[in-house]
Amino acid sequence: MMEWTTLLLLLSAATPILFAALGEAVAERSGVLNLGVEGMMITGALAGFAAAHATGSPMVGFVAGALAGAALSLIFAVLTQYLLTNQVATGLALTMFGLGLTAMFGKPYEGVKAPSMPGGPLGINWVIWLGLILVPVIWLVLNRTRPGLILRGVGENHEAAHALGYKVRGVRMAAIAIGGALAGIGGAYVSIATVLQWTEGMTAGAGWIALAIVVFAGWSPWGVLAGAWLFGGVTVLQLRLQAAGVAVPVQLLSMAPYLATIIVLVIISARHKYAGGGGTAPGSLGRPFHALR
Amino acid sequence: MNRRTLLASAAAAALVALLPALPAAAQTPIPEGEKLKVGFIYVGPVGDGGWSYQHDLGRQAIEAEYGDRIETTFIESVPEGADAERALTQLALSGCKLIFATSFGFMDAVINTAAKFPDVKFEHATGYKRADNVATYDARFYEGRAVMGTIAGRMTKSNKIGYIGSFPIPEVIQGINSSFLHARKVNPDVEMRVVWAYTWFDPAKEADAASALLAEGVDVILQHTDSTAPLAKLQEKGGIGFGQASDMAAFKPTPRVSSIIDNWAPYYVKRVGEVLDGTWKSHGVWLGIGDGEVQIGEITEAVPAEVKAEAEALRDQIGSGAYHPFTGPLNKQDGSAWLAEGQKATDEELSSMNFFVEGISAQIPS
Repeated sequence: MMEWTTLLLLLSAATPILFAALGEAVAERSGVLNLGVEGMMITGALAGFAAAHATGSPMVGFVAGALAGAALSLIFAVLTQYLLTNQVATGLALTMFGLGLTAMFGKPYEGVKAPSMPGGPLGINWVIWLGLILVPVIWLVLNRTRPGLILRGVGENHEAAHALGYKVRGVRMAAIAIGGALAGIGGAYVSIATVLQWTEGMTAGAGWIALAIVVFAGWSPWGVLAGAWLFGGVTVLQLRLQAAGVAVPVQLLSMAPYLATIIVLVIISARHKYAGGGGTAPGSLGRPFHALR
Repeated sequence: MNRRTLLASAAAAALVALLPALPAAAQTPIPEGEKLKVGFIYVGPVGDGGWSYQHDLGRQAIEAEYGDRIETTFIESVPEGADAERALTQLALSGCKLIFATSFGFMDAVINTAAKFPDVKFEHATGYKRADNVATYDARFYEGRAVMGTIAGRMTKSNKIGYIGSFPIPEVIQGINSSFLHARKVNPDVEMRVVWAYTWFDPAKEADAASALLAEGVDVILQHTDSTAPLAKLQEKGGIGFGQASDMAAFKPTPRVSSIIDNWAPYYVKRVGEVLDGTWKSHGVWLGIGDGEVQIGEITEAVPAEVKAEAEALRDQIGSGAYHPFTGPLNKQDGSAWLAEGQKATDEELSSMNFFVEGISAQIPS
């Protein structure tokens, strides 16, 4: 019984990071580096909470969170794809913008309670299920379908994709919006399902962890899932072990997620080295595209 | 001691003897018509509903009190450590002559920045390093914890109470010891489970910590982190808790059955006034229930009347000075004697407290 509740906590803690990192992986596979994940998450957290509170339906909240995250990401998309601003600077600005905006509009929602989340199969709510289902779906779309191939092509070499007649900007706009929507759902999960209220700055750096996980995962959805479970899961696990009074040094427990990450990174990069390939980062990641012909 | 060090210490002693005669920092009143700029740095967002929120109420109180004579500014969500120095320098450079740094982990940053700006006065909350232009102030949260511990011991049905700690620093350890001692006093079967979150403010992690404790059979949770997330978790899953730093009244009458309120406003008003009339001096103060700096929030109807009366009696005894929460006989966790019968802990012992008392099974990360 104890193991089952621990597993539930683990799944729940990993979910916000899983959504945000999946979205960022899609954006980065199209060649866009969006450092605004934290900003989009916190926007999703507020919009989702507000909508869930207004309608009494967590479902509506998650849809609103997705829309809000996507809307914010479109600001980034227009700035970087049409006005060719620097992606790193614009992404950082997006995070600050999101944090500031939500701090202002979130005031009326402080101390307000969220409607309760309905359970789902096996006591796991349906948003966790959705996250788990998205992993193979995104993998399939990216690796086994034509739109996925085009998206990856745009990310690997935007000049070549352009020469073949693909709309680089259009593809990237869509990828950024998907990234924003998923980050928004991740943020909404924090406010609606984990914390059950709105608090300014409540995502507390989850967006940055999601960004790190995308690299850790080698830009693969399955890697993202593993990363989210490691970061989110081991964090919960160590809280759980502490609560149970297990006599393991707390420092060791707190270190565990990071230690595990470093080890996995070393293994991944060693594998690539011996397989003869270079890094796995998309070839055009972070580079601005401007069609000259 | 050889001659050189002897001479050096003699010179140092002479210098120290001279110090009071020197005009320390320029102690002139701020003239009418000239504005005093007062800066604040907070460890969390103002909207945390807890610790930083209460400090900001203090800031608003000085604005209300002094109106046009002062101007206030604040930087929120400042990480503890090196970045705090940047924030403090920024405030000092922008013309603040009095700066309140409101978290323990800002301590070294305050000392470093104060050395660079000798004409700026600094007030550091909950720290212990002082200088001519650095004062420290603290609240005896452990007095409030004694009252919460009493309620916790009486209210628990599983005889397991949980404590979400932030960092293993004396301020937090005092709170854990005080809550545990007073819970045990009214309920000898009580056990304490401690979870260290290693953060002051991370609602998701605080909520997860609460879930972990609840899964362990805990039914009363005390927290030493800043957000209301643990209370929201208790509301969802059952169990009771307490407002921390702020009243957290939105969770009345349950799960929030009472609270410890940090009332910084009177101290802030007093100290700003002293800068305005030129009488500010560095000091270290530690105020408690009796001074009104630590307040006990309303004990709700979820608590039986006799428990409420017991808790309030304890509050009043502490407030009047008749009772000290750390009064012997008390042993340390390892069973060694700490305080003899009737002996009270000194402030020095408390402000460097790095051990649990006997009966707590959790370990302090070292």
